[in-house]
Amino acid sequence: MKPAPFEYYVPDSLEQALELKSQKGDDARLLAGGQSLVPAMNFRIVQPGILIDLNRLAELSFIREDGQTIRIGAMARERHLEFDPSIAKRIPLLTEATPFIAHPQIRNRGTIGGSIVNADPAAELPVLMLALNARLKAKNISGERWINAQDFFVGMFTTALEPDEILVEIELPFMSPHTGWSFMEVAPRAGDYALMGVAALVTLEDGKCKQAKLVYLNAGDGPVDAKEAAQMLQDETLNDALIASAASVASEKEINPYGNVHTSPNFQHHLANVLTKKALKQAMQRAEENLQ
Amino acid sequence: MTQSFSVMIKVNEKEYKREVEPRLLLSDFLRHELGLTGTHVGCEHGVCGACTILFDGESMRSCLIFAVQADGHAITTVEGLAKDKDDLHPIQQAFWEAHGLQCGYCTPGILMTLVPFLKQNPDPTEDEIRHALSGNLCRCTGYQHIVDAVKLAAEKMK
Repeated sequence: MKPAPFEYYVPDSLEQALELKSQKGDDARLLAGGQSLVPAMNFRIVQPGILIDLNRLAELSFIREDGQTIRIGAMARERHLEFDPSIAKRIPLLTEATPFIAHPQIRNRGTIGGSIVNADPAAELPVLMLALNARLKAKNISGERWINAQDFFVGMFTTALEPDEILVEIELPFMSPHTGWSFMEVAPRAGDYALMGVAALVTLEDGKCKQAKLVYLNAGDGPVDAKEAAQMLQDETLNDALIASAASVASEKEINPYGNVHTSPNFQHHLANVLTKKALKQAMQRAEENLQ
Repeated sequence: MTQSFSVMIKVNEKEYKREVEPRLLLSDFLRHELGLTGTHVGCEHGVCGACTILFDGESMRSCLIFAVQADGHAITTVEGLAKDKDDLHPIQQAFWEAHGLQCGYCTPGILMTLVPFLKQNPDPTEDEIRHALSGNLCRCTGYQHIVDAVKLAAEKMK
C-alpha cells in the first residue's frame, strides 16, 4: 500500500515541463491533482519510473471568459469550477454537474485536466466535455494543437494525446440562452462512482427542439454520445411519447455498459432509460423557463 | 539511487525542515516523521477519509499527496484544533457532548472535513451535513450521533 520508488521532477514553468516530457517519454507520468494516479500508485497498479509534478505551474490554473467562450487551464481544481461565477452564468451545466465528482476533499485537489486525460468512462468531466463541445489544447516542445472533445476520447483510459504532449487548456463555448440542461446520475452513496449518469441538453426554438444532446457515463469505453436518440428529437415538438422512444433508443441501442460488482448491465440499461426521460424533461423545462 | 528532497512544511503553525524521499506520502510524513499520529490512515486510496487534513486551509486526503508536494505549504492536522486538552475546538466539544464517536478511528478525518465545511456553511441542513460527511466512512456509529454533533457544533459556533 505504498508507492514504488520513482524519480521526481517539479518544473516551475510549462516550458520546462514540456522539455522533460519530451526527454523522458512514456515512462514519465504527469502528476496533476493525483486523485486517481496516487491511489493506483499506492496499490502499485501503476509504477511510473518518473513523475513530473505540474502543481507549481500557476500559468495552467486559470478560468477566464474570452469572447463567447470560457477558457480553463488544465490545472484548475474541480472545486474552482464548482464555485466560479462566470461558469455558473455561462455554462450552468458544468456548475450543476461538478458537485457529483467524488467528495469535496477530492475536488479541492483534483484538476479538470487530470480528470479529462485520465479518461475514466465512469468520470463526469469527460462526459461534460463531450456534451459541451469542448476544444482541448495540447502542447509539446515544438508547438500546439486543438483537439475536439469527440476526437479526444479514443477508448477506455485512452486519449488522442501523444507521449510528448501535455493537455494545457480547455475551451468551452457559452451555452445558448435557449438551451436547457440537466445532469443526473445514480450512485450507491453521494460521491461514489455512479452506476449510470447522463448529461442532457435541449435547445428550443419556436416551441420545437432545435438540437438535443445526450451523453452517458459508465456506459461503454468512454463517454457515450447517443447521437441517434438526439437526432430523433431534432426539429420535433417534444412530448412524453417522443421522449420515451428516444430514451429507449439511447438506453437499449446506443450505450454498452459492462456492469460491475454493484450493478448488472441490465440494471444500467434500465437506469439509463429512467434517467434519460427525467433529464430530458428537466432540460426542456429549463429551456422553456429561459425563453420566458 | 534514491532521491532525497529538502522540504520546509508548516504544520499547525510550526515549521519543520526535513529530508524526504519523493514517494513518502504526506500521511506517513505526518505520522512517522513528525509523530503526529492523530492523522489516521485507513484505506490509503482516498475512499475512507480518515487521513483528511487541511492543506492551505482546504480539506484534502493526505494519503493522496506526496510530502514533497507540501513543501512551502501550510498543513493543519487534528492536533492543531484544540488549544489544550481543557480547551477543545467547538467541533471537538460538540462531538464529546453529543457522543459523535465510538471507536474514534474516523473522527480526526471527520473533524478536519467539518472545519472548512462549517466555515462555508454555518447553518447547514441535515441533508447538507450528510452530504458533507459522505467522504468520511464511519463503521461504528451509523452516523446519527455524528450528524447530531455537527448540528450542535454549528449551534456552538454561531
